[in-house]
This record gives sequence, structure tokens and C-alpha cells, in this order.
Amino acid sequence: MPSERCPKSAKEILDLYFLENRARLLDIASFLDRIDRYKESEEAKADFRYKAFIKALKLLLETDENRTKAIQLLFSDQSTEPIESAVGLKAVGAWEGSMV
Amino acid sequence: MKVIDPHIHMISRTTDDYMKLAISGIHTITEPAFWAGYDRCSVPSFHDYFHHLTVVEPARASRFNIKHYCWIGLNSKEAEDLKLAEDVLNIIPEYLDRPTVLGLGEIGLNKNSRNELKVLERQIAIAAERNELILIHTPHLEDKLKGTRLTIDLILNEPRIKPSRVIFDHAEEHTIEEIKDKGFWFGLTLYPHSKGSPERAVDAIDIYGSDNICINSSADWSVSDPLATLKTANEMRRRGHPEALIQKVFYENPKVFLSQCPKFETF
Repeated sequence: MPSERCPKSAKEILDLYFLENRARLLDIASFLDRIDRYKESEEAKADFRYKAFIKALKLLLETDENRTKAIQLLFSDQSTEPIESAVGLKAVGAWEGSMV
Repeated sequence: MKVIDPHIHMISRTTDDYMKLAISGIHTITEPAFWAGYDRCSVPSFHDYFHHLTVVEPARASRFNIKHYCWIGLNSKEAEDLKLAEDVLNIIPEYLDRPTVLGLGEIGLNKNSRNELKVLERQIAIAAERNELILIHTPHLEDKLKGTRLTIDLILNEPRIKPSRVIFDHAEEHTIEEIKDKGFWFGLTLYPHSKGSPERAVDAIDIYGSDNICINSSADWSVSDPLATLKTANEMRRRGHPEALIQKVFYENPKVFLSQCPKFETF
């Protein structure tokens, strides 16, 4: 639906969003630095959520389009059968099954 | 501008928030039944909650000239105790008859378990028998894709329900297309840490167009913002979208969907 597309050019979008996304990028870098700096860093890096995060960063650079959807799919449970019980379970943001 | 927020949990918000909604132009809201932050232990707890949604909140809202509607249902997080769930389902019809109740919601899945599916199937059957609108909660984070697909299959297996009378809420980039392609409405939720942002919501309009989309704050007791819809409207403005399109997304679209329930009226 081209009539509903943002009427701005890509350069205007870059102008509009560059600074706030530069800040977000620095937040991600400092998050990874923090994990390096704190004790038991290796244990944290072995966690499937950390591994999924690093995989997502690589995907960001390797994917040419629809990066958001690609990362959403990377973090998603790709199985199709219901689980037996949800007692005591909660969502954590990544799926361990995609890291094995 | 006039805004309808089709998903907000005012039971968790202060009276000051009603004032903020009123002075910002959000004069019609709908509140789905949800998880209280803990599992309720008995049917009387649900009676109290449904009474609150259908009597107390409309009264609080009316002090600020805000129309308050609600949805009644059993949240999937409370579906593992099947006996209690069945007892709660038995009291739902009496509340569906109340004048500000728009249908079944938010019902759906959480961790995509067998008991959650059983309870969802029962609630879909109640909606089908009574020809009620349905507001679907899709699961959080890594469970969203699978839960959305399981829910789509379940509803499409019930021939009495028209997809145009169902909204799938908390849709995101990886689920929008499958929901929309089946003829359902979809809701985008502006919830900073676990769902979407104003920027990503406007991206969805850029990519998928403005038909069959509703945008909501889902403001509740966690990190959330009852004015998030207006901030997203402003994001559309910042990108140069016309006022008519903004009005369509934040007022006309929810009005069209919700007006399928004859009880719904807006300013």
C-alpha cells in the first residue's frame, strides 16, 4: 500500500532516527561489556539466552532485509506440539531448543 | 484528536491516570479480563473481579466522562487447575450479559500447554454459542509464534466464528502476516520491554497498511504507559503520515471492530 508508506526519503529516516539508534547500539555494547566485567562471566556466556543474543547480532549483519522478523524467529519456539504442563514455567525471551 | 484504547487494564491504574486519559483525548477504553499477577484460588475471587470490571471501573471512568467497556474470560495462566477453570467458565455467561461487556477476552495461550488449549477451546465454544466477539491474547516472547499458530488453527476449526469478529492481540513482526492472511484483526501492543515500541508499530503500518489493525497500550501493573497510543500517533506525525490516517488507526479502526458488538457506543 504505497499511499500509506511513510512519505519521507530513506535519508530523512536516517536523519530522524540516527542518534537514538546510535544510543541503543551503545547500550547493547555496554551490556555485553558488563557481562565480560562481572564475576562468573563464562557461566553467563554459556547460557542459551546469551548465545541467542550473539546469534541475533550476527543475523543482524548477515540478513539483507526483514531483519526484525528474522530475529523474532530466531528467538521463537519452533516446535508445533503443545507441552504437557505449564506449571512453574514462564517466558524468558529465547528458546533453548534453537541453541542445540 | 479522538482515540480509543482497545486494551488497557485500569484496575491496575490510578485515578490520576483516568484524568490523563481524559485530558489527552482518550475517551473510550476497553479492559480485557487478565491475570492478577497471582493465581486466584477460588470462584468467588473471579466473581469479585468480574464485578469490578463491570461495575467499579465503569463508575470510576464515568467521573472523567470516559466510556469504559470490558471483556470477560479466564486467562490462560490460570488454566492448569482444570477443575477451578471449569467452575469459572460456568459463571462467565452471567457476566457476558452485562451492558458494558463486549465479548470473551483476553483468552488465549501462555506457554502453549494441553490444559491451556482445553480451556481456550471451551471459551471459544462459549463465544460461538452466544455469537460473541473475541479478543485473543497471544503468548509472550519465545512462545508467541507457536501459540499464535495453535490459536489460529483452533478458531478456524470452529465454523460458527467469523475471523472478522476476532482480534489477535500482541501481534509482532513474525505473527502479523499469518493473522492478517486468515482474515482476523490484529492488535499491536506498546509495551516497552516485552512487546512493541511506537517506532515498530508505525513500521507495521508502513509494511502491512492500516486495515484491520488496532493499537493499544495494554497499560497495567508492570512497566507500561496509558498514553502510549498518543505517543505512537505522534510517531506517525513525525514520519509525515497524514492526520486522516492517524485518525483511522487510533479511532476509526477500533470503532469498526468494536461496533460489531451492539452494546458498543463511542463519542
